[in-house]
Amino acid sequence: MSAAAVVTGIGVAAPNGLGVDDYWAATLRGDNGIDLITRFDPSGYPVRLAGEVPGFEAGDHIPGRLIPQTDHMTRLALASADWALDDAGVDPATLPEYGMGVVTASASGGFEFGQRELQKLWSKGPEHVSAYQSFAWFYAVNTGQISIRHGMRGPSGVLVNEQAGGLDAVAHARRMIRKGTQLVVSGGVDASLCPWGWVAQIALGECSTVDDPSLAYLPFSEDANGYVPGEGGAILVVEDARAAAERGAGESYGEIAGYAATFDPKPGSGREPGLRRAIQLALDDARITAPDVDVVFADAAGLPEPDRVEAEAITAVFGWRATPVTAPKTMTGRLYSGGAPVDIAAALLSMRDGVIPPTINVDHPSPRFGIDLVRQPRPESLRTALVVARGNGGFNAAMVLKSPN
Amino acid sequence: MSGRRIAVTGIGVTAPGGIGTKNFWEFITAGRTATRTISLFDPTPFRSRVAAECDFDAAREGFSHQEIRRMDRAAQLAVMSTKESLDDSGFSPGEYYQPDRIGVSIGTAVGCTMGLEQEYSVVSDNGRRWLVDHEYGVPHLYGYFVPTSIASEVAWVAGAEGPVAVISAGCTSGLDSVGHACELIREGAIDMAVAGATDAPISPITSACFDAIKATTPRNDDPEHASRPFDADRNGFVLAEGSAVLVLEELTEARRRGAHIYAEISGFASRCNAFHMTGLRPDGREMAEAITTAMDEARINPGDVDYVNAHGSGTKQNDRHETAAFKRSLGEHAYHTPVSSIKSMIGHSLGAIGSIEIAASALTIEQGVVPPTANLHRPDPECDLDYVPCVAREQRTDVVVSVGSGFGGFQSAIVLVRPDRTER
Repeated sequence: MSAAAVVTGIGVAAPNGLGVDDYWAATLRGDNGIDLITRFDPSGYPVRLAGEVPGFEAGDHIPGRLIPQTDHMTRLALASADWALDDAGVDPATLPEYGMGVVTASASGGFEFGQRELQKLWSKGPEHVSAYQSFAWFYAVNTGQISIRHGMRGPSGVLVNEQAGGLDAVAHARRMIRKGTQLVVSGGVDASLCPWGWVAQIALGECSTVDDPSLAYLPFSEDANGYVPGEGGAILVVEDARAAAERGAGESYGEIAGYAATFDPKPGSGREPGLRRAIQLALDDARITAPDVDVVFADAAGLPEPDRVEAEAITAVFGWRATPVTAPKTMTGRLYSGGAPVDIAAALLSMRDGVIPPTINVDHPSPRFGIDLVRQPRPESLRTALVVARGNGGFNAAMVLKSPN
Repeated sequence: MSGRRIAVTGIGVTAPGGIGTKNFWEFITAGRTATRTISLFDPTPFRSRVAAECDFDAAREGFSHQEIRRMDRAAQLAVMSTKESLDDSGFSPGEYYQPDRIGVSIGTAVGCTMGLEQEYSVVSDNGRRWLVDHEYGVPHLYGYFVPTSIASEVAWVAGAEGPVAVISAGCTSGLDSVGHACELIREGAIDMAVAGATDAPISPITSACFDAIKATTPRNDDPEHASRPFDADRNGFVLAEGSAVLVLEELTEARRRGAHIYAEISGFASRCNAFHMTGLRPDGREMAEAITTAMDEARINPGDVDYVNAHGSGTKQNDRHETAAFKRSLGEHAYHTPVSSIKSMIGHSLGAIGSIEIAASALTIEQGVVPPTANLHRPDPECDLDYVPCVAREQRTDVVVSVGSGFGGFQSAIVLVRPDRTER
């Protein structure tokens, strides 16, 4: 039988908390990390709210020489990777170099860095473009930089599956563990809160144009009017359970027990979207049935049609109001490739502490969806959690996490 | 699910020098070169003004007006190759495999760069505005922002409803995407995959960023001979665009269906050098490790390798790095194995080239012809293997190793074998 892949370390950089402890405390308090954008002047844009990671001074967290060559998202990712390895109690120098790999998700790359270089190119000329542009922007940068920083020479990878990619990357980490890699640093961090990234996000037409942070992102509500973009994400240390025990790691946060990904039928086909199937296949992969799942961390698109599709998938698998559903991302906004890894972190911490974090601001979940939306921290003994993520264009993914007990 | 094996049953290539697999193969086995002065934009202000462009016009190829607006050129190239590959495999969506048993894995290094830069120039008023103007943002800008859109387009063509992914590990993307698809088939998640890669990076920002690190060649006065891997006179790679897409099937299903099988993909591995984002160590250690691991997975020995399809980008650093890697992984056999770089003819299309090279490797097995390394007249003395200079070589080929190396430190290797090679 394959090796069990367990999460032994978590590093989080989220709009409502920097570091896993701050993030988790803020999440249980229901602290909203969404506010008016400060990174640039958003007043001329129809969308003005975002989840910005607070108080991150890159120089405090990563070597100064890396700062000129990295985008904000890579600095957050490098810091989060450090925290995750610390949390896991791993010193990479003591492990076999080919026994450690890195696989991250990305959505848009180092877009802010890219905007600066595009501006230099178009306004001043090619000789003004940074020598770092060739790798600071591209999607593979976080995997590359993390592997270099920690001397990890094993299998590596990068998945770009919009907002589902974070689950796909962690699932790929599990695949690498099963093929014999001892430790994989995984997850995703994105940050495209620059004017150029902002205009691209606005172009999709799915971002909320509401200016009140408590009313802008209301998934599963009749008032759902779009989502709020955010920045940040989570980096996880995933290990072979036996190898972790051998190196004397403490109890893990939990096991990556099941996963599946599906793709929706072509638009206009009239056939059922793929999300229900992704959830069912993930349960099958974990060899459990619906009643075994104690909580669902929803994708929570915040738009009427995708919310309906997700609610139908959840109720089709679990039954009408049968399993608690939550969306702590209502406190952070949607973090692109970083969103699902943060949800994995939240799910693992929920099981550790026996409490389901709340969905905030949704005072009136629509009764027609038939989901038990958790709106206050709910103490409950939790052994199995499901995380759902979807990506624009038809991507669905679901992951089952089991507590170590 | 061990025991499930991977057959290549369809090939589609859209490359410089010829659209379609047949044209591509004739072009590279003739030793011709498609490297020319850049025509897709005015290259005058740039250090390197050479590229290998595809003679591809979406309207001429039957793309609708809406598709042309919606898809970046990288997506168009991918869709073009996907259609050819599906046709070639004899598979039509809705037949044989259920949609949920079909997956997609598409590699790209830089996604929708051309579309992004074009739209940037509009919303920024040619770089004058930092607070770019959303009023000029076209609806499909989001699909350029997150290149996952490329895989959606491919999945719709293929009728795929299994796992669909974009893999973006820089210049090894096209190897890693195929490797990823093989893993999905092997573990039983799907029975068939549409797997390949695409890049259309020939745009000012790409040229500027490679100029800045002098990675691309300044041989502007002799573009047709500008890509010179392993030659003493080489001085950088030639940027290119293109795509290749393969149909992969679980071997017994492919046989049951009566599909034509070009080759079996029997091993894949990737490693990181954890050294430098753009630099390589001369010892080739991590690439050698990837090759050795892929050979182990394929259960072949170094002495079984009949041909190595090299990364061969034409930078001094790369050529020496990978020559060392071949010696390290194949030992003495490296000196008796033909090694060639098709980048000498069709340039370096970043993430796409890995899949194009896998297509070339499969065709090498089927046709018994090793494509040459063009422009190789005076080998670098430190590159002392048999690089098949200038002229293709007829040679029965049962086992091919194809490798890639990319920014970020990525090193990947894949093993293809003749389908009727001794059963394991």
